[in-house]
Amino acid sequence: MNLNLTLDGITKRYGDHIILADCSYLFDSGKTYAMLGANGSGKSTLLRIAALLEPPDGGAVRYRNDAAPVEPDTSLRRRITLVLPKVGAFNMSVCNNVAYGLAIRNTPPAVIEARVGEMLELVQLADKRKRNALTLSSGETQRLGIARALVLTPEVLFLDEPTAFVDAASRRVIEQILMDFRRKADTTVVFSTHDHDFAEKVADHILQLSSGRLSEERP
Amino acid sequence: MESILAAFQQALSLIIHCDSELLSIILLSFQVSGLALACSMAVGIPLGALVSLTVFPGRNVIIALLQTLMGLPPVVVGLFLYLLLSRSGPLGFMSLLYSPTAMVIAQAILSFPIVASLSHAAIVGVDPIIRQAATTLGATPLQVSVTIIKEARYGILSAIIAGFGRVMAEVGAVLMVGGNIAGYTRVMTTTIALETDKGNFELALALGIILLIIAMLVNLVLRAVQRQGRNV
Repeated sequence: MNLNLTLDGITKRYGDHIILADCSYLFDSGKTYAMLGANGSGKSTLLRIAALLEPPDGGAVRYRNDAAPVEPDTSLRRRITLVLPKVGAFNMSVCNNVAYGLAIRNTPPAVIEARVGEMLELVQLADKRKRNALTLSSGETQRLGIARALVLTPEVLFLDEPTAFVDAASRRVIEQILMDFRRKADTTVVFSTHDHDFAEKVADHILQLSSGRLSEERP
Repeated sequence: MESILAAFQQALSLIIHCDSELLSIILLSFQVSGLALACSMAVGIPLGALVSLTVFPGRNVIIALLQTLMGLPPVVVGLFLYLLLSRSGPLGFMSLLYSPTAMVIAQAILSFPIVASLSHAAIVGVDPIIRQAATTLGATPLQVSVTIIKEARYGILSAIIAGFGRVMAEVGAVLMVGGNIAGYTRVMTTTIALETDKGNFELALALGIILLIIAMLVNLVLRAVQRQGRNV
């Protein structure tokens, strides 16, 4: 069964500063969502909460229509993934970085090799597969982060500012990947960005996060 | 001056001709120090990882204690171990005093805080983003910990090399609990001390040269490991 992400009255504060105030939204399965908002508006925090990386102070994240608020257990986490703005490449080869998520799921080596090869072609890093991931440029690292997430075929994919600090070539690759997701419509994609044009181009829905609240700009 | 030069020449001759006594002392030193290092790694690395990756009551006390014990004076370790292992001591029934085992225990006690503390420093030094990245990719808490430890591998290797440097150069504790018995508990450092006392500088100098070479190699390996960790 597909995961249906629902944010239900999410609140978050750091000290006296309220970051998120009653954020609610029902995401349609298979759609691509862009989340816009000023620096410090809470986009990253909301993505981290939705991806079960940190708990909200109030409200709930639901992944099934009828279910109670989710507990961040590993089996559910393995169906969703978040590409962080600072990717967190492991000190190992590009190839092993992409294989990481499959290896910890005890995927057979032949399957890992085939899937990793496919992903590296997709993000145009096939020629750098043997290189240590820490030697990649920031654009390449971002593409590595996306490949590392996509290889797991998540049902819900979060990307935190995927086009920040990347060169034009990397941006085009990322844009193409997101447009393919939109066309295939089998994965719910939620990404944050400052780039309205980019959001218009690749997303089905554009959301605005402002004053701690989430609203839809256009369907 | 001439006598020093002559002693140097004889020392070099002992090394070049692979003198059997010299070799047996070097071999025993490596056996004792290698075993001590293995023991301190077996306890120190898991303990360093535990205090780095988990939060529990007393954790900060353990960290502070390990850091304090890094500067533990060898003669104090020797004294306490002597009291424990001497015939009238609580562990006297084990008849370990003046044995290579007692020397291994002494060296392990001295190197274990270094291995544990430096492993801890290496693991907490791993970028926190690694934990988050592993979690977002579906790693279980145990898999996250293993990933962090792997990321700290160069730092942990440096900790092991630093521990090895400490035990190889150690003299006070092993002299007190090993007794410096020829062919049984006589290692490089204790032999140097004894032979210098006796005025037999050739063997002492030969072992001193070997120790210096070992120290230099340890430092070279340490620098290479650290460079590898920085540059990738």
